Amino acid sequence: MTVAAPAAPVAVAEPVSPAPPRRPVRPGTSPVLGLVPFAAYVLLFLALPTVLAVASGFFDGDGAFTLANVAALGDPVIVATFANSAWLSVLTAVVGALIGALACYALVGLEHGRARSLVDAASGVLAQFGGVMLAFAFIATIGIQGLVTVWLRDTFGIDIFAEGAWIYGLPGLVLPYIYFQVPLMIITFMPAMSALKPQWAEANLTLGGTRTGFWLHVGVPVLAPSFFASLLLLFANAFSSYATAAALASQGSQIVPLQIRTALTSETMLGRENLAGALALGMILVMTVTMWAYSLVQRRAARWQR
Amino acid sequence: MNRGLAPHPAVRWVIGIVVVGLFAIPIVSMAEYTLRDVDGYSLAHWASLFDPANAAKYRPIWIGLGNSVVLAIVTVAIVLFLLAPTMVLVTLRFPALQRPFEFLVLLPITIPAIVLVVGLAPIYLVIGRTFGTGIWTLAFAYGITVLPFAYRSIQASMEATDVRTLAEAARSLGAGWPTVLLRVLAPNLRPGLIAASLISLAVVLGEYTIASLLNRQNLQTALVVVGKQDPYASVILSLLALVFAFVLLLVIGRAARRPMKKVRP
Repeated sequence: MTVAAPAAPVAVAEPVSPAPPRRPVRPGTSPVLGLVPFAAYVLLFLALPTVLAVASGFFDGDGAFTLANVAALGDPVIVATFANSAWLSVLTAVVGALIGALACYALVGLEHGRARSLVDAASGVLAQFGGVMLAFAFIATIGIQGLVTVWLRDTFGIDIFAEGAWIYGLPGLVLPYIYFQVPLMIITFMPAMSALKPQWAEANLTLGGTRTGFWLHVGVPVLAPSFFASLLLLFANAFSSYATAAALASQGSQIVPLQIRTALTSETMLGRENLAGALALGMILVMTVTMWAYSLVQRRAARWQR
Repeated sequence: MNRGLAPHPAVRWVIGIVVVGLFAIPIVSMAEYTLRDVDGYSLAHWASLFDPANAAKYRPIWIGLGNSVVLAIVTVAIVLFLLAPTMVLVTLRFPALQRPFEFLVLLPITIPAIVLVVGLAPIYLVIGRTFGTGIWTLAFAYGITVLPFAYRSIQASMEATDVRTLAEAARSLGAGWPTVLLRVLAPNLRPGLIAASLISLAVVLGEYTIASLLNRQNLQTALVVVGKQDPYASVILSLLALVFAFVLLLVIGRAARRPMKKVRP
């Protein structure tokens, strides 16, 4: 890269090149035209849906402007759903981040091993592509007839569903969510962990420091911004997750994404139409604040990752 | 080398065994669940999945799987023939656009699919009227959801290749742009292109939110529908799909590591 600097070929070719007719064709229309298909695609399927989703919150069923849907965000039922979503996301993000960070610590020094590539692949699958499949995994584990449920009942006489089938309600989401949060933590936090310089640890040891002292005074302070950045990402991830909850909780709409489902499928909910749009607006607001905080923290974290 | 930084082997093993053990429980439970029979274990549920007598019951799954494969193919086509050439163009001709372009393609991470679907519903109403309600049209939406993943895979390859010099060299030897793209750049970017295709495949096979809320049938919606009557079939297929995705990502990991060695002789 340093040898063949990007500008070099042009600069060298200019005086020597005996092919002047190609010059005038280069600038102008054709390269810009090449951007058009992709720009049109992103405009139609990313920008337009986002704008439509938010805008539809400001209109009623007949297309007249209204603030009724946005006002519905203050409805006690809706506020409760946002609160449910928030605490579920905070809880699973914190637990997931702690377990994930511990797993990352255990992986330090195994950068190029077979174990690392297995962990990478497993994390990718569970964090990004589980969705519905994780719901079935947990039905097989802690469902009414799940392996763990049956084992606890037959071995210890503990009935985990003594107080009702909570797996199909909000508490049932906690374990599956942690199950995809930990792998996401490993994916996002591992680069920061790998960027810790062994030289720092060696310097610390040479100067008579201890392992614990290193982590207390160097490791943890250096990693803290990355940890909080990952934590915010985990929060955003849980907040926007839909598939696992939709497959597990077939009734009720305890969290915002499920509330959007209800609003989309039965548009007369609460007597207001286009409530889905207002809910989407609320979600975008939460996501924007989270990602804004993420970029602030990440900028600080990037200082050590060079 | 990592003296002082790496954990004590005992600590590493304890954390490793506990975390891997906890994460294995649901997967083991799935396997155990599929083998259950009236009393004891058997392969009955696996056999019944492929039994012609049950064909009608499991039909949604095979239709959904077929639809998902079609969607995966169209989505990969969008990645290879729309995203990749645009990335090359931006790198070669519009270096100033590199940062805004990156911001744009990573944006879908921050916009939840459930929000996107609210806005996609009216758009797909129009698409349904003009292109018909063929399942492949859903791939336009999936192309957006895979953008960040595909972009990162291709970008990693582009950074390891001197795209600009290769393109300039090919052009000065008289190659046209199609030749430059297909015969000069594509072979050099192959690891990234393969990784992007495989990761798109994994995302599309696992997608549920958009398909279910736009009332389309794909593998995941079929799993949920069939799971309501026969959870065994859904658990079997979920297990198979998770293993399949795991193998895909392992292959991507290998593909991503290989070029690094080649580049530095």
